[in-house]
Amino acid sequence: MSVVTNHSTTAVPVVKTLSVSVNGRWLAVPQTTAHPLTGQPVATTMIQACEIAGVTVPHYCYHAKLAVAGNCRMCLVEFGTPALGPDRKPILNPDGTPQIRKSPRPAIACATPVSPGMEIYTNTPAVEAMRRGVLEFLLLNHPLDCPICDQAGECKLQEYSVEYGQAASRSVDEKVHKPKQVDLGPRIVLDDERCILCSRCIRFTRDLAGDDALGIVQRGSHSTLTHYPGRPFDHNYTLNTVDICPVGALTSKDFRFQMRVWFLQETKSVCTSCATGCNLLIGSRENKIYRYVPRQNDRVNSCWMCDSGRLNYKWIGRSDRLTQCQVRDAQGQMQLRTWPEAIQEAAGRLKQAAPGSIAFIASARQTNEELFLIRHLARKLGAMADSAPRTGEGDAWLVNADKNPNRLGAAIMFGLDRSALPVTSDTAPAAVGSADMLVGPGVQLARSGQECPRSIMGAAAERIGAKLPKIAEGIGRGEIRTLVVLGEDATKHLGAALLGRLENLIISDILPNATTPRAHVLLPGCAHAEKRGSFTNAQGRVQKFLKAVEPPGQARPESEFLVELVRAVTGEQFPQTVEGLFNRMAKETVAFQGITWAGLGDLGQGIAVEVLKT
Amino acid sequence: MAQEFRLILKHLDQPGYTPDLECYLRHGGYEVLKKAVSLAPVSSSDGRTITGQDKIRQEVKLSGLRGRGGAGFPCGVKWGFIDHKSGKPIYLIGNADESEPGTFKDRQIIHKDPHQLLEGMILAGYANQVQLAYIYIRGEFMEGARLLNRALAEARSNHFLGKNILGSGYDLEIYVHRGAGAYICGEETGLIESLEGKRAYPRIKPPYFPAVLGLYQCPTIVNNVETLCAVKHVMAMGGAEYAKLGSPNDPGTRIVCVSGQVKNPGYFEIEIGKVTLGELINDLAGGLREKRKLKAVIPGGSSAKVLKAGEKFKLKHRQADGKEVVREVDLLDLPYDAESLAAAGSMCGSGAVVVLDDSADVVEVLANISEFYAHESCGQCTPCREGSLWMSKILQRLNSGRGRPQDASELVRIAGQISGGKTICAFGEACAWPVESFVAKFKNDFEAKGAAAEPEEPEPLKP
Repeated sequence: MSVVTNHSTTAVPVVKTLSVSVNGRWLAVPQTTAHPLTGQPVATTMIQACEIAGVTVPHYCYHAKLAVAGNCRMCLVEFGTPALGPDRKPILNPDGTPQIRKSPRPAIACATPVSPGMEIYTNTPAVEAMRRGVLEFLLLNHPLDCPICDQAGECKLQEYSVEYGQAASRSVDEKVHKPKQVDLGPRIVLDDERCILCSRCIRFTRDLAGDDALGIVQRGSHSTLTHYPGRPFDHNYTLNTVDICPVGALTSKDFRFQMRVWFLQETKSVCTSCATGCNLLIGSRENKIYRYVPRQNDRVNSCWMCDSGRLNYKWIGRSDRLTQCQVRDAQGQMQLRTWPEAIQEAAGRLKQAAPGSIAFIASARQTNEELFLIRHLARKLGAMADSAPRTGEGDAWLVNADKNPNRLGAAIMFGLDRSALPVTSDTAPAAVGSADMLVGPGVQLARSGQECPRSIMGAAAERIGAKLPKIAEGIGRGEIRTLVVLGEDATKHLGAALLGRLENLIISDILPNATTPRAHVLLPGCAHAEKRGSFTNAQGRVQKFLKAVEPPGQARPESEFLVELVRAVTGEQFPQTVEGLFNRMAKETVAFQGITWAGLGDLGQGIAVEVLKT
Repeated sequence: MAQEFRLILKHLDQPGYTPDLECYLRHGGYEVLKKAVSLAPVSSSDGRTITGQDKIRQEVKLSGLRGRGGAGFPCGVKWGFIDHKSGKPIYLIGNADESEPGTFKDRQIIHKDPHQLLEGMILAGYANQVQLAYIYIRGEFMEGARLLNRALAEARSNHFLGKNILGSGYDLEIYVHRGAGAYICGEETGLIESLEGKRAYPRIKPPYFPAVLGLYQCPTIVNNVETLCAVKHVMAMGGAEYAKLGSPNDPGTRIVCVSGQVKNPGYFEIEIGKVTLGELINDLAGGLREKRKLKAVIPGGSSAKVLKAGEKFKLKHRQADGKEVVREVDLLDLPYDAESLAAAGSMCGSGAVVVLDDSADVVEVLANISEFYAHESCGQCTPCREGSLWMSKILQRLNSGRGRPQDASELVRIAGQISGGKTICAFGEACAWPVESFVAKFKNDFEAKGAAAEPEEPEPLKP
């Protein structure tokens, strides 16, 4: 059985190039590049050519994902173009090379298109003098309050001061004073004296967030960034302006004064607040998470993420986390247990249960690998297994109405993978209902970032949880007497009364909920930031995340103890590392075929999916 | 004795001349327009059809008319950049944001002869297939805007404007848009932004050349009021005849505004290059006050580089036999035309000549100019935004007796960090050139002020 991997479904357009030189090195650059907002081809600019040449041109206002403003003037470079004779043909040097006429005026690299034969000079004394001039002007009225500035350590003013700054100010005159601690909205504080008026935030909120909320008032050196009067700057993407602010003008109320950024350890991770799976960096220090910032992934979230996802990390450090393995004794009292004892207890209860009397509910917030182990266990035990849908409000940009970060992964494992006979497994296929979506051989690829058709997302949302009523019915009829719940509050899906009728309720969770006090065996699990694993996002992209902080108390990654549980129940040994487990899962699940943990890289990989129109 | 050459100003100061349509018509108004719209298409030698519109554009190009707003760009060339086949509407904007200090010529036309401007605009609009035009008038010209609107209503009701102008089938509407009082709105792309309802931040060029991506991203022509009036005279005389006026590279007439320390400040229309700075000051503007000597002349609006009394300049001059000779001339013998003033290191700019006599304190003069530019910098790009105010602060400090010996050289250094194409628009040069030229030419005055001051604070300890 093989998966057809058709990578060339869309013809790659022939890229026309032209030749330019950057600091004397010639290279071919595409004539056009996609406009950051419209996607239309527009002339390649000098700064893009320099980037291709591996030459960084210092800049403040330019941002690859925003419209060009050209106002900071830091990227001024010198350039020359082939001199033309009266016949409009290039004048040649004696050695046959075209004579270059150096432009008497500099040009901003961010906005000036390249032309054939153009020579760009980014390191001449004149260019460096201009950079020193611009930096001097930018710092002229700047408060220079780096010691208490949250941007310190990731500030472009500081960065370029190393190369183009000077030790002392040449100004003896009073600085321009502007508003401080301006409350722009619920999440943003602005210091106008630090602002260098690059307009990145204005362009972002106007062009990308679609809310023309920020602007500049006053004139000249008194120009002041502000928000629309009487209206807070409060849409769900405001914190991106803090990220793109090259200086410390816009700060996050959540993060300001919390931690010096150079102490933060950065861990590549994925947002778990919805099925979009925005890539992010977790900033942590000494086992405490201080912030999330978006991590660029042009196939998923570009450079952005929503405020609600970004701030959804505090629960990880909550003091009421489940931190102990507990088992209910004969008197009905919960007793603390070690992991081997708790696993033994859980395995014993599962082994004693009659075939067909067990059901599994595993959250679509669990990782692909964890769900894979649950599926395996369920099949071995002849048990029903499903996830629970979790929906909320979505928007037209990054926020998906499906709030499960691994909705598609759960759909693949528990419902939709009709033909997903584990490739090398001898297990009979689990019975599933008719599926709108089938994952299997002969597939249309969503690999390499081609987005899945929207209908998949709809189908997946429908399919998850389809078996929950059956499970409830089974419990009601007394047929299902053992329930294993991972990361869900089962009272919400089945009702509290039904749970009372169970003989065995085995639960793993992170935080206490209405179900956890009813557990017979309680296993403390991990937040994604405390473990490694992968999610499959709404567009069918498998993305891995890494561990940023240690879990509290006895809490352990679910994949670890599920491997132990599977061994204790079935005697089978699954790989104990996440890498090994993922690769085993990929081998045994058609949808993940051909994907390896190593191959996921930092930006993930698309899976093979197909929509069956039935 | 130099004389004025009144073409645009021919009637407007005559006794009894009023800004209404009837008076304008009595003086031959709209005759040029009538002729122009009835120009029949002709076949050229190579078989192409030349329409009336083509003919007007050719005449304007032939005339060599330069823009009168400040940059002096050839009007016909500017019109030539317009792509008539883009499928987008073409807009015409009359730039009446006259705001360069020392300039008060457009105001005379608007107040005293608004129909002349309208006729020029309708001609320019007709030539360039414009259906919608705007007059962007500075906010302070409240009366001017009122007069223009009245003139527009008159023109409309007499079929000079609106649908089917003079039965030609050509439609044009002109609206007056009042600015809100900012110098930068006179910069053509800043003006366009302002007209679109935004802050008047000049646009980056490339890609936003008005002729390609102007008003509402459509091809747009922005012409100064005086330039548009000159178009009427080009058409009245014919391009070749107009080109015979003035100097070969800067033909025609222009209105020069002489202000400052002269007896008879005012506006004078001269044949370009046929009148020297000395004649402008002494013959037309009545000369200096008694017992005063000339100190300096700012020849083209406050942003032009200052020229010092007694300076000598080398001018290239082509003789009748075609030979080129270099002639050394004194400041006062400098002909008032674009080429001569460029050779002198300055410019005609907006045609505003500001005269300073020996009673003027050049440091105070420059401080005043710099304060204006610091106040008017739009604040969009870094060098101009920060540099203009810094220079102004230093100059205020020098003036208040708290200068430092190094301030003169600091001023030049800061100006150098602004000028030379480092900014989005020419405002960078406008604020830097006066500083560069004043300090270079009157270094002693600046250093004297710096040296006279007591150091306010002890020098900081060296590390």
